[in-house]
Amino acid sequence: MASIEVNGKSYEIDEEGYLVNLGEWNEEIGAYLAQTENVTMTEQHWEVVNFLRDYYNEFQIAPAVRVLTKAIGKKLGADKGNSQYLYELFPYGPAKQACKIAGLPKPTGCV
Amino acid sequence: MAGPEIKAPAFREFPTIPALQPGSMAGSKSYVANEKIQEALGFPGKLDDDWQVTHDKAIAKMGDLLGKYRGLKVFMDSCVHCGACTDKCHYFIGTGDPKNMPVARQDLMRSVYRRYFTLPGKFFPSLVGAKDLTKEVLDDWYTYYWQCSECRRCSLFCPYGIDTAEVTMAGREILDHVGYGQKYSNEIIGKVHRIGNNLGLPGPALENTLEGLEEDVKEETGVDVKYPLDVHGAEVLLVTPSADFFAEPHIESLIGYGKVFHAAGISWTLSTKASEAGNFGMFIGNYDQMRKIALRIREAALELGVKRIVVGECGHAWRAAYAFWNTLTGIGAGGNDPFAIELQKQLDPNYKQPAHICEVTWDLIQQGRLKFDKSLNDHRIITFHDSCNVARASRMGDLPGGQFDIPRNIIKAVANHYVEMEASTIREKTFCCGGGGGVLTDELIDLRVKGALPRMEALKQIADHDGVNFMATICAICKAQFTKVLPYYGFNMRLVGGVHQLVSTAIKLGDEK
Repeated sequence: MASIEVNGKSYEIDEEGYLVNLGEWNEEIGAYLAQTENVTMTEQHWEVVNFLRDYYNEFQIAPAVRVLTKAIGKKLGADKGNSQYLYELFPYGPAKQACKIAGLPKPTGCV
Repeated sequence: MAGPEIKAPAFREFPTIPALQPGSMAGSKSYVANEKIQEALGFPGKLDDDWQVTHDKAIAKMGDLLGKYRGLKVFMDSCVHCGACTDKCHYFIGTGDPKNMPVARQDLMRSVYRRYFTLPGKFFPSLVGAKDLTKEVLDDWYTYYWQCSECRRCSLFCPYGIDTAEVTMAGREILDHVGYGQKYSNEIIGKVHRIGNNLGLPGPALENTLEGLEEDVKEETGVDVKYPLDVHGAEVLLVTPSADFFAEPHIESLIGYGKVFHAAGISWTLSTKASEAGNFGMFIGNYDQMRKIALRIREAALELGVKRIVVGECGHAWRAAYAFWNTLTGIGAGGNDPFAIELQKQLDPNYKQPAHICEVTWDLIQQGRLKFDKSLNDHRIITFHDSCNVARASRMGDLPGGQFDIPRNIIKAVANHYVEMEASTIREKTFCCGGGGGVLTDELIDLRVKGALPRMEALKQIADHDGVNFMATICAICKAQFTKVLPYYGFNMRLVGGVHQLVSTAIKLGDEK
């Protein structure tokens, strides 16, 4: 199994670069994973990542894109409550790319 | 994503046969399932360290399949290498890799079949193109059987009716039985057994998502449209791909199904247990997995006491439902175990069991029970992409070609602008989206982009000529695949959507203020 090294500590990742042990996640790891995705993290990115993690803690799955956009819209204003905004932040798709950075498993299936 | 930049092939002026590029896709290999994923499905965790053991297991499994599936044996024997299939495969057209010609894909297995199961192959292998099964051959199987979307377009043009999908399924089945499974599909099947759907969406999350949808629809329309979950005694159990609960644009069609039931006054429910219509057991050619997945739907139907079972917009699910559910589960006549018989007594014989959501909606339209304001779809110029498993492996309604006509009829009933794509790319001749059959995974994005070429060419033609800006489809895989690959061809990712998304836009809910 592959691994990454952040701040001198080694963490397991899977073939696709997703963190294997979700409990190990911290912001440094998030920032590192973002780098591997060519995403420069800003406050707006962290807002999304933190929401994903909170939702995951409650439901053991990442939120539907619609749930995510709605939550972001409520928090940051209606102009940002759309998937366009999320794709600007996470060009490879909010579900997969943002999940990876948030240390969550990849959504699978026909998505 | 890291890695080399993926580029779409150029549009061709004329759809000629591509120049051969041997080995061009040899490196495009989907991730192999780990031991945990494999063993959860009862398959060996990994390849045996001793090649001879793997070799013997593979040949034994092949013998088993040849004995069980008469079709496979006929397909192995009857090909005359006429070449009619070669340029019919979207992956060959897009990649030029000769091993993506359907005939060559089959020959990966056929050459081994000859060596071990025919007399001339046993004694004079080189004279009849027979080959030993080596590790290299097995690797080729893995690579190229996971570059087939089991779309069966090649079979349509085969004068002998050889079904490459059956060969691909057999190849994958053998690979699974020697511990060489694919991560994407097998991980998903494990999630269905563990959690209830491909996505891994647990009950509470599903409930939360559906409540959110009710709020949204109320906000948009002012009407209390319900998205019920696990309601005992509902008339209809709707089984839909779990992507409909999660992804865009899929969820727009789910909203549409709810509006149809609301407007028609039909009580319905979704189920946590049967929260997945998709059946990846079919993709890996494994009967036991296919049955186990399908049985969840029977259990849910019996528990909830529903009278009708309706399937949402999912291509291969409709094939599984239409062609296999009857004997697998007793939904429809055929199953003869006690539970199947009980279910057949419970289901209402006045309706098709199972029914496709498009059949339900079209019936209601014909009965005058749904009303639309078509002008609400006037910003869209629409075309329809036939999904392969619906087009070539099932039917809808009572007339031949119903699976082509009914979705189109619905679109024309809810929208004013409809344009058809080029005739050789639609209906039974439809091209795969490029992501079907278990290849909708990120590491195969190169294959997926290239395999979409013929569909994108046909779309480009009517986008340029007629201003088409919406491609409707009734398959979760098609929707996810197009959302991802459209931008590679210069299109907006939002150009794809569901038929019931269009229904949702135009439908009158009947109780507007």
